[in-house]
Amino acid sequence: MKRRPGKRDLLLIIGLLLVCAVSAAAVYFLQSKNGAYAVVTVDGSEYGRYDLSKEQTIAIRKDGIVTNTLQIIDGHADMTDANCPDKLCVHQKAISKSAESIICLPNKVVVTIEGGVEGNFDSMAR
Amino acid sequence: MKNKVAYMGVFLALALILSYVESLIPFYFGIPGVKLGLANLIVVIMLYAVGAKEAFAISMLRILLSGFLFGNLFSILYSFAGGILSFLVMWLVKRTGKFHVMSVSICGGITHNIGQILIASVIVETYSIFYYIPVLLIAGLITGMLIGVIAGEVSGRLRPEWFH
Ligand SMILES: [Zn+2]
Repeated sequence: MKRRPGKRDLLLIIGLLLVCAVSAAAVYFLQSKNGAYAVVTVDGSEYGRYDLSKEQTIAIRKDGIVTNTLQIIDGHADMTDANCPDKLCVHQKAISKSAESIICLPNKVVVTIEGGVEGNFDSMAR
Repeated sequence: MKNKVAYMGVFLALALILSYVESLIPFYFGIPGVKLGLANLIVVIMLYAVGAKEAFAISMLRILLSGFLFGNLFSILYSFAGGILSFLVMWLVKRTGKFHVMSVSICGGITHNIGQILIASVIVETYSIFYYIPVLLIAGLITGMLIGVIAGEVSGRLRPEWFH
């Protein structure tokens, strides 16, 4: 076994750190805009899209049973209730930026924010 | 050979303890079921001190047992995806003979999380999961580094002849 980390190890770690930084920057950039719609998909197909500027409560149904409840308040979409065993989707914080998502794995429900105009970046530049 | 059964049991028990500790940590990546992979410590130690076959066997057994004990069907699926991918990558990186145990462990930590996210994207049929990649990469890098330090210390003190 090699006793100490060598030059190759250092290069590998620096390379991986660079990949982390680049992907983090890319995601930050993509998620910087305020979104316009909350798009709900169930089992991989679109269930509906809801305007973030309208306050509303959406009951997501599967085979006639309400599986998840999504609430839109102040331009934020939040999973307020779910019948899944882990309730991890309910614990996730409300989302509002484009490409942010809330995932309920047991029910295969995904809420993703889409659309929208300039947000953070523009107001930061001003 | 009697000896082998005994030490394999000890390694499996240690790996299960780490899985239990992990199940107590309220660490949540935003993706249900995705784990840190602390039990990888035992896999890395075994890879260096015992052998690849034994390390793989304990890794797979640990995933199955801890899934039944502390998880559910989803967490078993995730763990298998993460466990198999990270084992393959660590084994290959180690086999080159050009990297330190720290690098091997970091590659394992990162690919463990990549394996999980790939399975997650298949299960929920969404690409939005890939936005979690940076968080998972950084978490994998940090856990891999910590595991690398500990595994390096421990496996340096174990004698391969104890296990053969
Ligand atoms: Zn849920």
